[in-house]
Amino acid sequence: MATFSTNEFKPGLKVILDGDPCSILENEYVKPGKGQAFNRVRLRNLKNGRVWERTFKSGDTLEGADAVDKELQYLYNDGEFWHFMDPESFEQYTASNDIVGDAGQWLKEQDFCTITLWNDAPLSVTPPNFVEISIVETDPGLRGDTATGGTKPAKLATGAVVRVPLFLDIGDVVRVDTRTGEYMNRVRS
Amino acid sequence: MPRAGSAWRPGATLATLRRRAEILATLRAFFAARDVLEVDTPQLGPVTATDPLLASVPALPWADDTRWFLQTSPEFAMKRLLAAGSGPIYQIAHAFRRAEHGRLHNPEFSMLEWYRPGFDAAALAAEVAELVTAVIGAREVRRDAWGSLFRAGVGLDPFTAGDADLRAAAARSAGDTVRGWARDELLDLLFSEHVEPQLGQGCLQFVDAFPAARASLARTLNDADGHRVADRFELFIDGCEIANGYHELLDAGELRVRMEADNAVRRARGEEAIPVDERLLAAMAHGLPPCAGVALGVDRLVMIALGVRDIDDVLAFSAPRA
Repeated sequence: MATFSTNEFKPGLKVILDGDPCSILENEYVKPGKGQAFNRVRLRNLKNGRVWERTFKSGDTLEGADAVDKELQYLYNDGEFWHFMDPESFEQYTASNDIVGDAGQWLKEQDFCTITLWNDAPLSVTPPNFVEISIVETDPGLRGDTATGGTKPAKLATGAVVRVPLFLDIGDVVRVDTRTGEYMNRVRS
Repeated sequence: MPRAGSAWRPGATLATLRRRAEILATLRAFFAARDVLEVDTPQLGPVTATDPLLASVPALPWADDTRWFLQTSPEFAMKRLLAAGSGPIYQIAHAFRRAEHGRLHNPEFSMLEWYRPGFDAAALAAEVAELVTAVIGAREVRRDAWGSLFRAGVGLDPFTAGDADLRAAAARSAGDTVRGWARDELLDLLFSEHVEPQLGQGCLQFVDAFPAARASLARTLNDADGHRVADRFELFIDGCEIANGYHELLDAGELRVRMEADNAVRRARGEEAIPVDERLLAAMAHGLPPCAGVALGVDRLVMIALGVRDIDDVLAFSAPRA
């Protein structure tokens, strides 16, 4: 695997730090008037999502992380593991609840999501920015009330709870922004 | 990095470039009023700084591929002028440093360097404060020893603390990699992380009495506690280092020893040695008048005057746009 020097640390570069794969977020060069130059680097640990701040001597190197993002289709959850498939190679991947994390509440069978693979094993799951999912639980809809702007909680088929307008009912399909958890619009009833 | 399609445009606005030109005129007027002579020395030379923590940009100006260097500062040539009897001199020059690039760095930058025969470091620092005030307006001036700032910011004494304690403190921000670092590198890291960002907030903060290991071409002396320190100062404004002044070393023999020590470090790292500047050493042997000299980052001064955070905003074309 290639190694990268501090002056090659660009946002998005994936490297191994303390044994964990990390993605570089920011790299600031600092140098005293006379003396050693440093790079102050912010990295996201791809295993747990935590942001690390670390200072390196300029010119130090880190090993690159063989981490790639792949678009995979979500197949099903067997209660313990989540199963995904590469639609081109038909290769299947499984990920534990720990790895899927909060992304799981947006995953609908057959939908595509972005999976970061490290050494060919899933490291993290990112749902699509927008998903369309049906409502399975909510208070009865107030038909015709499209103007007051009030909202109520609604549980979606994938488990997520979002706030939706009062006129929506069980069975309605809604479009949601997974980055904010906000309702966008009704797709069909 | 500029977007494709707009990459031909300057990084600085035209209003900034006009302000930059006014600041350069202010600097020249400051020295004209004090009878300091403007000089212009080569940026391309057969020798360069030996400092192992400075990398020069190599150049090939001759048909036979003899390697020269773009100068990291005009210091050596200006000292030869001083030894030739020039009297007080200044220069606004482009300087070049390899692989220095970031919010406060561009590999090619503008340096104001001046020398004052008969001045010591304190007298020159006072003149630096006057010059900066002429550009950015009056601010409170403070002066502290590097060691006392280090003790206050890091909580360890940089002269007496054990390597293990310094290493443990450095490991908090730099992790396990500090295991192999030299003591001077640990000190540099701790000062730059815990002290520098607070320096010069709302004031002109002079820092002096640096460790002797970072003396470069300054004299060394013993401070009141008997620690060997360098007779040099740095000026910080709003957390940014802007000037670096020396009570200049006059002893050619001592300078040769330091340059050869620098080259020993370079060889130990598997790099080529830099040829020692024999013409500078000959000038010093002839007699450099007792003097103080300082280099000031012109681009950073413009940044502070305009209140901008990135050097790209004050250069017509920073390296990514060149």
